[in-house]
Amino acid sequence: MVRRTVSVRSPDGAPARDESRLTTPPVDRLDGTELTLDRGGRRVFADLSFSARAGRALIVTGANGSGKSSLLRLVAGLLRQTHGDLRLAGGDPDLSIGQQCHYFGHQDALKVQLSVGENLAFWRAFGATPGLGVGEALDRVGLGRLIDLPAAYLSAGQRRRLAFARLLVAERPIWLLDEPTAALDAASEAKMIDVVDRHLAAGGLVVAATHLPLGLADPDRLVLDATGAGRAA
Amino acid sequence: MSALSALFFRELKLAARIGGGAPMGSLFFLIVVTVVPFGVGPDMRLLARIGPAILWIGALLATLLSLDRLFQADRDDGSLDLVLAGESPLELVVLVKCLAHWTATGLPLVVVSPFLALFLAMEPVAIAATTATLAVGTPALTFTGAIGAALTVSLRRGGLLIAILVLPLTLPVMIFGVSAAVAAVSEPVPFRTPFAILSGLALFAAVLGPVAAAAALRHGGE
Repeated sequence: MVRRTVSVRSPDGAPARDESRLTTPPVDRLDGTELTLDRGGRRVFADLSFSARAGRALIVTGANGSGKSSLLRLVAGLLRQTHGDLRLAGGDPDLSIGQQCHYFGHQDALKVQLSVGENLAFWRAFGATPGLGVGEALDRVGLGRLIDLPAAYLSAGQRRRLAFARLLVAERPIWLLDEPTAALDAASEAKMIDVVDRHLAAGGLVVAATHLPLGLADPDRLVLDATGAGRAA
Repeated sequence: MSALSALFFRELKLAARIGGGAPMGSLFFLIVVTVVPFGVGPDMRLLARIGPAILWIGALLATLLSLDRLFQADRDDGSLDLVLAGESPLELVVLVKCLAHWTATGLPLVVVSPFLALFLAMEPVAIAATTATLAVGTPALTFTGAIGAALTVSLRRGGLLIAILVLPLTLPVMIFGVSAAVAAVSEPVPFRTPFAILSGLALFAAVLGPVAAAAALRHGGE
């Protein structure tokens, strides 16, 4: 597996990361064609087609139960479609689509027995392509001072921000965000949007399910309605 | 490879911290072995004869007791989803989690078993043989138990069901473990024959367990 890495050395000799581009193979677009998903004998959505382009966010909206989360879990490879086709143009041909996705779901995937820093250091080591250092990622989400605090003592919003920092420490081109700003205050929300914008500018691909108006500039939109059909808007 | 070693050390850390349950297995083992002489009565010869079996049953129950959180804790906090979508093959992830689980709970059982054997008036040769069979056999229990833990991952109270599913599967390990320990002190069969079969069963479980558990986890996620 060949990875194109851009290595820039800062004056003190330590490698500095070039953040303007992703180090993973560039992705172009993610296309879903006539996707149909059944769960537990119930049709979640039918004949859903969408297209997400690198550098632009795809915002998925719809009522509760219209299948937003299921769609993200499907892209992440955690659910399998009944029929239909999901294709990624670009990316690493050796990896599945799910393996190139950061799935940021409702659950924060934190171990409360470990400290903030230990939680993040694990996800950095567990990912194939390391991204930012633990300290730097925590600074980005505003948790830099809490690195040694056990994760059990974090508030709901802080837990959410720590979970989000996981997307920064391991690099993957596709981000699947499920209600990313739930439990966040306005300042943290602005920080998160800034991080997502940077990812898009670096050539990343973002699919976000939310009914909050995310401040992302010029996103594509996909509206799921309660009858289980989706349309691009 | 560093991803898997990171996982191994995180699992060990989690087991060692509060609520991790690493010392609980050994304490449970101690209680089981201590209770038996009260039930059997003060017959030293009988105790020495059934000693290997008591140690084995204690180790089996202690292992099963600690297995129900093997995957469930990860599922509850959402990290199982991330592991399923990770770059590391799920079979290896399960293998590493089993190894960490054995290091945290199985290995202490092996280490304390010679001391507990003294409670049961066992001979030195029998103590050595039982410890050796436990050292080889407890990983097999963990690997077999992982299948049950993976199958019951989505159930709230999967602990008892794991025991029901896994106990029959552990019978061969148990039979050859105890017979090897007994063969070391009694005549016709040499120690090596059942011990070799036990080692074979352990290797078999080390291959089959992770593959079967990974398949169960993949299927359970849908």
